[in-house]
Amino acid sequence: MNIFVCVKQVPDTETKVQPNSDGSFIETNAIKWIMNPYDEFAVEQALLVKAANSDSTVTVLRVGSVKDTEALRTAMAMGADEAILVEAEDNLDSYMTAKALKGAIEKSGKTPDLILSGKQAIDSDALQVPQLLAQMLGLPSVSVVVGFEQNGDKLQIKREVEGGSLEVYEVTSPAVIACNKGINTPRYASLPGIMKAKKKPLTQLSLGDVSVSEEDRRVKYSDYKLPPEKPAGKKFEAMDEAQAPGVVKEVVGLLRNEAKVI
Amino acid sequence: MAKILVFAETHDQKVKPVTYEILGKVKGHNVDVASIGDIDSESQASLAKYGAANIHKLKGAGLEQYSPEGYAHALKGFIEAQGYDYVFSGATASGKDFFPRLAGHFNAGCASDVTNFQFDGDNFAGTKPLFAGKCLAKVELTGPKPYFITVRPNALGMPESESPAAGNATDDNATAGDLKAIIKEVIKGASEKVDLTEANIIVSGGRAMKNAENFAILNELADVIGATVGASRAAVDSGYAPHSMQVGQTGKTVSPSLYIACGISGAIQHLAGMRTSKVIVAINTDPDAPIFSKADYGIVGDLFKIVPLLTQEFKNLLGK
Amino acid sequence: MFELSEEQKEFKEMAMKFSRNEIIPVAQKLDEEGKFPQDIFKKAWELGLVNTSIPAEYGGAGFSNLDAVTICEALAYGCMGINTSIMANDLALLPIVIAGSHEQKEKFLKPFTEQFKIASFCLTEPNNGSDAAGIKTTFKDGGDHWIVNGEKMWITNAGYADLYVVYGTIDPNLKHKGISCLVVEKGAEGLEIGKKEDKMGHRASDTRSLRFNNVKVPKENMLQNPGEGWSIAMKTLDHSRPLVASSGVGGAQRALDCVVQYANERVQFGKTIGQHQALQMMIADMVMKIECSRLLVQKAAWLADNNQRNTDIASCAKAFATDSCMEITTNAVQIYGGYGYSKEYPVEKLMRDAKLLQIYEGTSQIQRLVIAREALRN
Repeated sequence: MNIFVCVKQVPDTETKVQPNSDGSFIETNAIKWIMNPYDEFAVEQALLVKAANSDSTVTVLRVGSVKDTEALRTAMAMGADEAILVEAEDNLDSYMTAKALKGAIEKSGKTPDLILSGKQAIDSDALQVPQLLAQMLGLPSVSVVVGFEQNGDKLQIKREVEGGSLEVYEVTSPAVIACNKGINTPRYASLPGIMKAKKKPLTQLSLGDVSVSEEDRRVKYSDYKLPPEKPAGKKFEAMDEAQAPGVVKEVVGLLRNEAKVI
Repeated sequence: MAKILVFAETHDQKVKPVTYEILGKVKGHNVDVASIGDIDSESQASLAKYGAANIHKLKGAGLEQYSPEGYAHALKGFIEAQGYDYVFSGATASGKDFFPRLAGHFNAGCASDVTNFQFDGDNFAGTKPLFAGKCLAKVELTGPKPYFITVRPNALGMPESESPAAGNATDDNATAGDLKAIIKEVIKGASEKVDLTEANIIVSGGRAMKNAENFAILNELADVIGATVGASRAAVDSGYAPHSMQVGQTGKTVSPSLYIACGISGAIQHLAGMRTSKVIVAINTDPDAPIFSKADYGIVGDLFKIVPLLTQEFKNLLGK
Repeated sequence: MFELSEEQKEFKEMAMKFSRNEIIPVAQKLDEEGKFPQDIFKKAWELGLVNTSIPAEYGGAGFSNLDAVTICEALAYGCMGINTSIMANDLALLPIVIAGSHEQKEKFLKPFTEQFKIASFCLTEPNNGSDAAGIKTTFKDGGDHWIVNGEKMWITNAGYADLYVVYGTIDPNLKHKGISCLVVEKGAEGLEIGKKEDKMGHRASDTRSLRFNNVKVPKENMLQNPGEGWSIAMKTLDHSRPLVASSGVGGAQRALDCVVQYANERVQFGKTIGQHQALQMMIADMVMKIECSRLLVQKAAWLADNNQRNTDIASCAKAFATDSCMEITTNAVQIYGGYGYSKEYPVEKLMRDAKLLQIYEGTSQIQRLVIAREALRN
């Protein structure tokens, strides 16, 4: 099987996000980059599928800047066989990213049997690329996936929707599957794995190689700013049990009459 | 005046409230509504009340149940025939799922999960939270039309005034096309409650809940005020609640009108997921817990004492 | 050398991730219960975090000393006690790495790379700690075997070990010239394992006494020749002291990270405590000492990697990093105030754990003797 995994490199979840001086993006100097956490589930799923299907290869794809290739190296250290990096600025929109991924898959010369990704990148939070890529390739897609079973070219996929309900899909592969937490437990990259990853092939492409240009931009972001700080709240002391009923009554009254949320 | 289509997601033929929120915001433009399948008469009346000129109920083979390919295919045909400038949907589980595919049909752009937007003439500009709400950016669309937008539920609020329009309802033929991903079964979640991301009120528990059983007191409170119960990462990691209930950086990003945090200290990861809540109530024994710096109303006290009192007080207030 | 290599950064990243996800969430509980971290130990082994000293020829990853201290710091960041269990494997295997014959390495090291196994380093005795040359355990020639008699104290991993590297003397009158080193395998007849010690810190690590009652050990299990054990022990310490020092850096870094978080949250006199100068002085001292400690550790490891004598710098690193760790963790408790003294917060455990680092592998005072001796020699 030819398994592809799309990964993104995002700022560490602990990062304090700060808009840059002209508000065109965030300050990226001091950022620690990590593999998008949801993409780890996709890499793990790819490795599980590979283990269950002989003669499979896992190719990991990323569109982004070359200054740090953490995400791809982590994926290969976990066990992916090779990587393709499409070099680009970190501010591409979902459409450009999906088109670049499509181009990278085509350039690999392999026909995909399965494409995996995380359900969303935790920086742009757009939840678009997997579905767009599927649409561009004419493939089915299922997003927010928490269950994966393979039976030949039929996949049984569980998608999480509102209220914790699950939609159970039967999908004919090839397909694009966007993974959520819960689908598996991603393995660690072992230290020997990290050492082996150095020797695995990493192909580098330009946006030109995959026929993506600024013309393909569909969504423009600007005026990055921090969310407004709220005015100071009211705090009530109720450690003493005798105070509690009065405090609770007052807060409920405020919710009703001041905040108007009840 | 832009020609706008609002996709109305339905549940048991009832239109989801985010549809009305969007209608209120696009008032003054040429606005139609489309749904897949039937809408009950009450919802149709509401759509008309908030400004839907035409209500198109798309029906046809393969559309009996949701599928990303089918919904995108059906709406694509309809939109092509009608020629819209903008197409909106709520950023619900299905809206977020199929709108990118639908936009892809047109090689068009999609602004997802906006929390606010304006029209300057016919030009759209939205507000998009990024980095789990730690940052906001202005989002605009470019390239071929129509432009697609999904709007976060509860972010705009219900329209303050009505803007009645004709609300002509029609059944329109549509097809799902060739489906390669089909729903075989839907497994209902443990609760039939509104999903956290759509909930108007959320009651969340943290590590101080001590165990899973104690979440019962949050459920009682939630039942009284129609809330959905959430949990902090600490509570989920400790096994008190499933991950589907987790609010925060690596859980759900929520934006309810009221968020009641019980025994949650307010770690940076948790704040990232709920800071856009309109009103935050915090209950914690530690007066220095960071959650209090974000809370509109903070109660320094033991949640096991305070929560039952709140439940009773709300019962009295709401006559339950 | 003022930056780790890309690969070392990845090692560190991975080990830190392991610490955060696997060690930190359970460290406090294991400490309370005094429970040996078997599962974590095994998982760490599966990921290549254990036995970093085994050379590539014998199935190891072929890490440098600098690689090893980088990994050790990250694991100690998670829990100094759990790291002690992990580090003790290396301490026990190092004499074999340093002094073992090809056959001994094949026999004793390779199995550690093929299966999860635990080892113990046995030097200290009830009456001989710092005065290691005075040890009383005897190796008596029994023809084709050695007969071991004596008692060992404070032996890490003793209750779980598959292999014990034991120091003894062929003749107490020879002092350090009689010291020899034997590999004793689990289950040897006459080997008695004592009860688990109830310790102030490092409570997850398993520490016991051992009694050798006429234990017969094959002759081929002796590392080098009889009487060459002292030089093996000294060379082992040159490699192991940077490791212990790096665990002090890890513990101190953890304390600093806890302090920074708390200093930005806790409000007193209307501002966060981090905005008060008194605390800023304390935090600045922590940062300085951690930086200095880490640089010393890295230099000691680098010297060893480049086959240069590092005895003095290894002792500098050991004394400075562990003394600093003690000071920093104590101040962390001070900064947390009452919360710091309570088990609700992680810093009291850091303070308890830090203490042992100043004691084992040569006390801070012994390190100073070594440093002074090396300085005065020139």
